[in-house]
Amino acid sequence: MSNKKNTAKNIDVSYVASLARIRIEDSEKQKLQDDMNEILGYINMLSELNIEGVEPTMHACDVKNVWREDVPEKKNIKEYLIANAPANVDNDLVKVPQVIPGEEEA
Amino acid sequence: MNVGLKTLTVSEASELLSSGQISSVQLCSNYIERMEKVEPQIKAFVYFDKEFVLNAAEKSDIRRKKGIQLSPFDGIPISVKDLICVKDQPCSCGSKILKGVKSPYDATVITRLNEKGFIIFGRNNMDEFAMGTTCENSAYYPTKNPWDLNRVPGGSSGGSAAAVAASEIPASLGSDTGGSVRLPAAFCGVVGLKPTYGRISRYGLVAYASSLDQIGPIAKDVHDVAILLDVISGKDYFDSTSLDKEDVCFADVVKNAGSSLKGMKIGMPKEYYIEGALDESVFNDIKQTEKLFKELGAEIVEVSLPYSKYALASYYIIATAEASANLARFDGIRYGHRYKDSNNLHDLYLNSRKEGFGVEVKRRILLGTFVLSSGYHDAYYLKAQKVRTLIRQDFNNAFKQCDLILSPVSPCPPFVAGTLTDPLQMYLADIYTISVNLAGICGISVPSDIVKDIKLPLGIQLIGPSMGEAKLLKAAKIFEDNRPVKKFVPNY
Repeated sequence: MSNKKNTAKNIDVSYVASLARIRIEDSEKQKLQDDMNEILGYINMLSELNIEGVEPTMHACDVKNVWREDVPEKKNIKEYLIANAPANVDNDLVKVPQVIPGEEEA
Repeated sequence: MNVGLKTLTVSEASELLSSGQISSVQLCSNYIERMEKVEPQIKAFVYFDKEFVLNAAEKSDIRRKKGIQLSPFDGIPISVKDLICVKDQPCSCGSKILKGVKSPYDATVITRLNEKGFIIFGRNNMDEFAMGTTCENSAYYPTKNPWDLNRVPGGSSGGSAAAVAASEIPASLGSDTGGSVRLPAAFCGVVGLKPTYGRISRYGLVAYASSLDQIGPIAKDVHDVAILLDVISGKDYFDSTSLDKEDVCFADVVKNAGSSLKGMKIGMPKEYYIEGALDESVFNDIKQTEKLFKELGAEIVEVSLPYSKYALASYYIIATAEASANLARFDGIRYGHRYKDSNNLHDLYLNSRKEGFGVEVKRRILLGTFVLSSGYHDAYYLKAQKVRTLIRQDFNNAFKQCDLILSPVSPCPPFVAGTLTDPLQMYLADIYTISVNLAGICGISVPSDIVKDIKLPLGIQLIGPSMGEAKLLKAAKIFEDNRPVKKFVPNY
């Protein structure tokens, strides 16, 4: 799908949902579309503002990069991480579906 | 001994424990009894482990007996919103996608509470991933307002505020990205503080919008909120945005607040009080509060926040953009819910996220994805960040003329459950709280009055400059001591 379907007045919900990796059923599409366009209509009020020369604020306070020595820290939480994954192999690896399409899984 | 929980504060519980009038086991048992009685109707909790709480209480009592209590607060229970990590406990952010997930470590705020002997009592319900104004967007169940079970407690930290109001717990920690501590506090008749951005470490807080999120305490009075701020604030190695603590004890500031606001200037933004924009009860409450502040010696000055009309639009661009990035990690691979019938990765992402997220979360992820997408980034996200600069400057200019700003928390009293279904209308309820997050400054919601005919609490908001909590808490305390209604206790 192409990006062209998005406009400043209409969000292409199917396209944006594919970018966001969320499946949207046809039955919920219209409602979402209407909601999004209503919100879009509201936030478009920013277009009336002339903000030339204004610097953007990325963070609420002046955040500087914080350096530290590159020393590895040991935090043994592997057990938790494996347990939190929906599927695992031998309590040691996170199990996922086949990543590269092609031959069937052995 | 049976303690009168309905008005019991953290500081009073501390005195009872210190003087030996009650043990931690007795105190916690009282709260457990109360919680078990009211929880079927209020539904403020999503997780509670009785054995864990009573074990911790026993250990606290032993420490007290030996004289090695960790602090005056050793043995006092406190609950947390379901997005703050407590080791070995579930952390689901009110979402189906995180059901069954257990925290591998304690959030820094939990470590700091534990160091003082507070007992983590349970986890409070919330709008899914903190996205909501009513606490109805939870994958579990909606939380009810203890003042009127047909009304919402406010959101997103609705479980925390309702639990404190219903005296299921003396205090709770919530989080505030656009008003999520202050609004439910106002709706439930309790005190809620949104500290300066960076005041409290967010290590172990599940992120919604990282440039706005801040943990905040909810309690029955200003003193308790100050006590908790003392305990949980300060620089943390694990959160590079956290700020150093100044050499001030907020609880002492509140205790020694005195009774006069002489010398203090309270700003009233002219853009906030347009007739018709506010419910009459809220408008009258603000007028009454203005009068009270004058009587207490404060000088009222008109200030202007000219860009405030653009705050909400800017907020919903920035917050959703950051949310779309932060929530990308919930993909069915590493945490919680996974769609069962996928045989390829792409399909697994699409379906796991479809099944796992509720509709409001999907809306915000989609909006955030749109405003960051190719061709729209500059028009929306970058522009919103520039507007944010103007909003910050507004506040900087206002604070040259006044010490604190007085504002409503919500434009109206608590809504009837199920009535706020239009997303944009829901967002508009945040209009008085979001600017504080955009500017990174601090704000507190303090109960002010009770709406006569419908018997619902109202709250006022005081806003302070960056790191202005001492002044903020002092004024809040003096207001609290002099407001028309002394105690806010729901009939429930």
